Amino acid sequence: MKQNRFWAWVVFLAGAAYFIVPLVATFEFSLRMRRGYYSFDSYASVFSDPNFQTTFGYSVVIGILAIIVGIVVVVPAVYFVRLRMPWLRPVMEFITLLPLIIPAIILVYGYIRLYNSSSIIPFTGSALGTDILLVFAYVTLALPYTYRAVDTGMRTIDVQTLTEAAQIAGANTVQIITAIILPNILVAVLSGAFLTFAIVIGEFTIASLLNRPAFGPYLQNIGANRAYEPAALAIISFIITWGAMGMINVLGHFAPRTSARTD
Amino acid sequence: MTQPAAAASPRRRLSFEWLGVAPFIVFALMFLAFPTLYLLAGAFIGRDGQFTFDNIAALFTDQIIAAYWISIRISGASAILGAAIGLAMALAIIRGRLPAPLRAAVMTFSGVASNFAGVPLAFAFIATLGRLGLVTIILKTVFGFDLYRAGFNLLSFWGLTLTYLYFQIPLMLLIIAPAIDGLKKEWSEAAQILGASPWQFWRYIGLPILWPSVLGTLSLLFANAFGAIATAYGLTGSSLNIVPILLYAQIRGDALQNPGLGAALALGMVLITACANIIYLVISARAERWMK
Repeated sequence: MKQNRFWAWVVFLAGAAYFIVPLVATFEFSLRMRRGYYSFDSYASVFSDPNFQTTFGYSVVIGILAIIVGIVVVVPAVYFVRLRMPWLRPVMEFITLLPLIIPAIILVYGYIRLYNSSSIIPFTGSALGTDILLVFAYVTLALPYTYRAVDTGMRTIDVQTLTEAAQIAGANTVQIITAIILPNILVAVLSGAFLTFAIVIGEFTIASLLNRPAFGPYLQNIGANRAYEPAALAIISFIITWGAMGMINVLGHFAPRTSARTD
Repeated sequence: MTQPAAAASPRRRLSFEWLGVAPFIVFALMFLAFPTLYLLAGAFIGRDGQFTFDNIAALFTDQIIAAYWISIRISGASAILGAAIGLAMALAIIRGRLPAPLRAAVMTFSGVASNFAGVPLAFAFIATLGRLGLVTIILKTVFGFDLYRAGFNLLSFWGLTLTYLYFQIPLMLLIIAPAIDGLKKEWSEAAQILGASPWQFWRYIGLPILWPSVLGTLSLLFANAFGAIATAYGLTGSSLNIVPILLYAQIRGDALQNPGLGAALALGMVLITACANIIYLVISARAERWMK
């Protein structure tokens, strides 16, 4: 059995090397901008680039809007399906799986064809319309994760009892969802939100094909034209992804305490 | 399900229910169903607006078949290697009696790495294995081994596969770990008491139970790589002839000079990813029998 453990270490260390070496190499590369010695020049160059600031800001705003729209679309639907229309559940499960089956490039191709400037709903006819379309596209991309997060959250609370209690106390349906249900599943909803953010912030395909000034196309453009800044941007992106996933982990520790209130 | 208060005003409540679900349904129709169906239907419509199979037939040119073939090979290779390595790592961490904190660290890292795809991942691999990458330079100066003269190229089949593994392995780890947790301790103890060696345990008990989960995840990884474009585009620009990049060029500037052909290309992609996902769903439903 000793041998068993030896091989476990070998496999683990080989795997760890594969994952850590690119990070180390990228970081080292990002420090090489000044000849002869290491410096953070490439980071300074990235942060002082006005295009970095505007595209990053743009993607953050689009990401936050996508999170909000996602919650507004998903939470009431999951609530009513759990409460009154359980027969709709398989349909919802299937719908929310679709974005994993249909590649993003197919979705955006469909949008461009269906919502062009001469169609009934000309989303792509104006800049604002395209921004709105981009938000909806990101809601769609994140739908599998948002749905599962909200569904898991609702499973841990007693929706039926909470609703009855709130109704007896005189709350209407909107109040029940916003003041009773949402606070109780907040941790789950926030986990979904951070995952959405991690997916959306550097998204390239849809933003690029809709011609929006988002962070993903900016990254690609820098990659095609600069030498050291891409490495710095890769490190920054990795830290952002790590931050978003780290928040989900931190939130996980709060989850039991929130749902314990329903006991 | 009991329905309190429903008797009081059934009609009003019913409409409220539909009002709550309606945004979701409308959203799914507008941004999932209609655009995809409209696009895919376009594959069967010719320039004159008539129904035709010409677009589908036009897919069978050397360039497009080559694009599908290399896409399938890269997705297949990265899925098979990702599944095998991911499984080995998951077994090492969970069953190899490594320190417990290591498992938590690997799982957290997997969550990050499986989402660290796209353009930044391409940058990281250029900085590692590109012509001026750290590993390339160290191999050349310290070991006197010129990676590129030996035939390696990051902008090739193996380069792309190696890069895709960075998100494929963690995805495998995340999905397969619960299945490995489901292997009960009693099973290996029983096997041991009956005189089975560790190898025999895995050969006759462990792997046969894990097999459906592994196969299912394999098809998911395949679909995951097949639809990916940002990593490949960040790595190679439009120089590599794979299906998503070909489709990207078509959407950008009608590179195939035929919108119907673009739709047909999309139809082919959806069919392939849908097949892979259906295999995943069917197999994972069967695999769940063992997880109870």
